[in-house]
Amino acid sequence: MTERLRYSIADMLVLAQRSLRRIKRQPDLLTGFTIQPVMFVLLFVWVFGGAIATPGYDDYADFLMPGIIVQTMAFGGFVTALGLSEDLKRGLVDRFRSLPMARSAVLTGRTMADLGTNALALVVMIVVGFIVGFSFSSSPIEVIGGIGLALLIGYTFSWVFAWIGLIVSSPESANAFGFILIFPLTFVSSAFVPPDTMPDWLQTFAADINPFSTMVDAERALFVGGPAGNDVWGAVAWCLGLIAVFGTLSVARYRRAVAA
Amino acid sequence: MQRMQGSDSYAIETEGLRKSYKDVQALCGVDLRVEAGTVFGLLGPNGAGKTTAIRILTTLLPPTAGIARVAGLDVVADADALRAKIGLAGQYAAVDENLTGFENLEMVGRLYHLGRAPSRERAAELLARFDLEEAGGRLVRTYSGGMRRRLDLAAALVAQPPVVFLDEPTTGLDPRSRIGLWETIEDRAARGTTVLLTTQYLDEADRLADGIAVLDHGRIIAEGTSDELKRQVGGERIEVTLEQSSQAEAALSALTALCQEPPVADDGMIRLPVRDRHGAIAEAVRRLDHAGVAVADIAVRRPTLDDVFLTLTGRPPEPEDGEDGDGSEPEVDQREVEEAVR
Repeated sequence: MTERLRYSIADMLVLAQRSLRRIKRQPDLLTGFTIQPVMFVLLFVWVFGGAIATPGYDDYADFLMPGIIVQTMAFGGFVTALGLSEDLKRGLVDRFRSLPMARSAVLTGRTMADLGTNALALVVMIVVGFIVGFSFSSSPIEVIGGIGLALLIGYTFSWVFAWIGLIVSSPESANAFGFILIFPLTFVSSAFVPPDTMPDWLQTFAADINPFSTMVDAERALFVGGPAGNDVWGAVAWCLGLIAVFGTLSVARYRRAVAA
Repeated sequence: MQRMQGSDSYAIETEGLRKSYKDVQALCGVDLRVEAGTVFGLLGPNGAGKTTAIRILTTLLPPTAGIARVAGLDVVADADALRAKIGLAGQYAAVDENLTGFENLEMVGRLYHLGRAPSRERAAELLARFDLEEAGGRLVRTYSGGMRRRLDLAAALVAQPPVVFLDEPTTGLDPRSRIGLWETIEDRAARGTTVLLTTQYLDEADRLADGIAVLDHGRIIAEGTSDELKRQVGGERIEVTLEQSSQAEAALSALTALCQEPPVADDGMIRLPVRDRHGAIAEAVRRLDHAGVAVADIAVRRPTLDDVFLTLTGRPPEPEDGEDGDGSEPEVDQREVEEAVR
């Protein structure tokens, strides 16, 4: 049993390395993690920022950065969806399944690699944040907690994307599917504007239901300060719950998708 | 090499192997016996069930019914242990485009749990053997179709498995790459590896396989050595095109002594079955010349898969919409074409 666990970890690392090598070879993928979020930050701070009132925050950048960091983390797992649907299409999954390797490694390897690219994206975001006027105004421990939570959020969405990658028929539709599913979720939330100005019905969703808002509010509390309330624990609970659900779905789908 | 469960000498053994999907019977009771150290060809048209058979034997797909053992291990009950003993190269070269050739082989070695250093050694060794030494450091997406297939085959051999499965290893390859791949497969067999390959081409099975089974609609409709099958089909024949169809009678009488079965004339074309084509053309030309018959063209025609099917089933092989991915056209690789042009 311990040998099995050892192989699961070793195989996961071999496949994580494989995914990371790909990103090095296809630098255009990297723009997805870096340039695009940077562009979002600049657009929001300089174009919309002046017109968005954020009572309780000195600067729109302070309000925006936690939200945009969570959005970036959520989309980081996108490479997993793309990669998995490509592996399926090209027959690489057949090869992997014919090898004496851990069955879980194809999925855990990819999500593990996302953790690496998300860490890189996080550094880029924080640096850009500083440039546009963002500053941490909480204790170092809270900041570290916030960084940890951001990576956990990224890891969570990697599993959501893993499932998407396995159910769609092509890498192209993985792209469309991910965008349609996650993009509105990030906007109808407290990430970019306070939900107070939204219509009542939408406000209820944005402020009280959308897990994305819970995550953003938690990051805001950890990075900028203010009472986090139950948001931090709520965000962690959402993450663990989503990992459990989509991890199970993905593993089941992985077995079936190939066996069909 | 294995603790015995089935018979000692069979590397692959199936009994009543069935696979059915909702309304499709992909395999309807297949019995196969492949002796260790031989090359076995599974011959059949698109959608015959060849890929389904390979997927079951490589543990990718559970059978609906029946028993299959590979290297003495049951494909369902001992699937985990079995995967360490097999290598698979598919119809579509399953290599990672965004890794180098070396990295691909190293990764496969590590996933076979050979360890880091031995995996690297083995990768270098295989690249050299497969004539990919120089390309080993390049990304696979720059490879030609033939190079990808060689790399895919090398990946199947990384762990030196006793049994190797090759699903249409040469489909879509140009003739030069095809012959190169044949030589590699022959070399493996000479080293004692058991090879099961599927193919749509009779000449491929003819050249490589010690034993052949012809699969059609999920059933084995003929089995035997290449010679035995050809004897059923009628072997090779010489086709003579005459300058003037009025000379057909003279040509027939000149050639009758050459073969046991009588030659047939058909609109200025004479077909005569030959047992052994060596010297047969020269002899036919000599006889026709002697009889004063003018010959426009003369050629040896080998039996094709179409002939096998016509003879065995009375109909030409028909491609179906198989579930097993056999149904697609062979890919034409632009790079391969460009390379050949250069």
